[in-house]
Amino acid sequence: MSENIENHTFKRKPYWNPYVAGIGLGLVLLAAFVIMGRGLGASGAMSSLVAYTTSVVAPEHAQNNEFYKEYLGDGSKNPLKDWLVFEVLGVIVGGFISGVFAGRIKKDIDKGPNIKTGSRLIFALLGGGLMGFGAKLAGGCTSGMALTGGALLSVGGWAFMLSVFAGGYAIAYFFRRLWI
Amino acid sequence: MIAPFYKFDMFGFDTSLVIAFIIGIGFGFFLEKAGFGSARKLAAQFYFKDLAVFKVMFTAIITAMLGIFFLSWFGFLDHSLLYISNTYLLPQIVGGLILGIGFVIGGYCPGTSTVAMATGKIDALIFIIGVIGGIFVYAEMYPIMGDFAKSTNMGRLTLMDISGIPFGIIVFAVVLMAVGGFAGAGWVEKKFGYKDEEKIS
Repeated sequence: MSENIENHTFKRKPYWNPYVAGIGLGLVLLAAFVIMGRGLGASGAMSSLVAYTTSVVAPEHAQNNEFYKEYLGDGSKNPLKDWLVFEVLGVIVGGFISGVFAGRIKKDIDKGPNIKTGSRLIFALLGGGLMGFGAKLAGGCTSGMALTGGALLSVGGWAFMLSVFAGGYAIAYFFRRLWI
Repeated sequence: MIAPFYKFDMFGFDTSLVIAFIIGIGFGFFLEKAGFGSARKLAAQFYFKDLAVFKVMFTAIITAMLGIFFLSWFGFLDHSLLYISNTYLLPQIVGGLILGIGFVIGGYCPGTSTVAMATGKIDALIFIIGVIGGIFVYAEMYPIMGDFAKSTNMGRLTLMDISGIPFGIIVFAVVLMAVGGFAGAGWVEKKFGYKDEEKIS
């Protein structure tokens, strides 16, 4: 238990006050609205990647699927030449920059003190799978639907956000060994 | 009105990709600064140990919302040109529930896992592989899932449209609610949160 906690505090700068970080995040979101007329996203970029890969491996199969077609477009341009793909590339760089200056770049596996590494990784894969499926069913993830839709006061965005918290809290007790 | 700039043709598609990259850098930077590159800190939200997820998210929402409101009010931003995803009520509720369950099991969401991967977290990399797998399964199931995913389509629908309450009053109510929530979050953390020596900083 103590090992994990030391990992988080040893020689590292503390995280920012959540309200300060939140204002920063909100201003970035506002900049996206003012400059582009749209908000942020994340899972959309991963969908473009899946659609592109499928279209390379099995072009005919991809063209016969409405989901892939939405991301592939009419074939006039590369599906990876997409706004969200470039935005997510920026997210990687921005996260890395912040991590470097805070001394937080480290090969690590983040988990609670009571779970083995192997189990944590299996649950990470499983949780990611549910996340990908749920995000596509909802038409977006925490970034595109909850954060962006929330700020735009979208009915779907708010319904989605409340459902995310409801789903999480409903199941949290059964998975407490993963985290606490 | 001159904003959104892109909608008024101030620059082209290729420039918009450069802007996407720069905005992404800001997005990733503040997510990491908030501590959202740590699954343990994110998951702590669901155990009332550390409510940073709620605090950061709602601060960001009210910041951007107030910005949109005032910039539209001053006549700088054309609100009708903002892209708002359609509301598909049922699939968004079901998708949200699945996503919330995935959040607790996996510890991240797509954006935060990207940041965590960028700072070296192996579990985040595995999580992203899972997300890609989940999207692939969804895509392959789309021929049978599509009808449900496009059901209860209510179009571009805001809380103002559905309630008939003016924009300004909704904005005010959301800010009040958030401020109440922040006070509640402080109280919850004092009661259930990590003690100082075990805090995830």
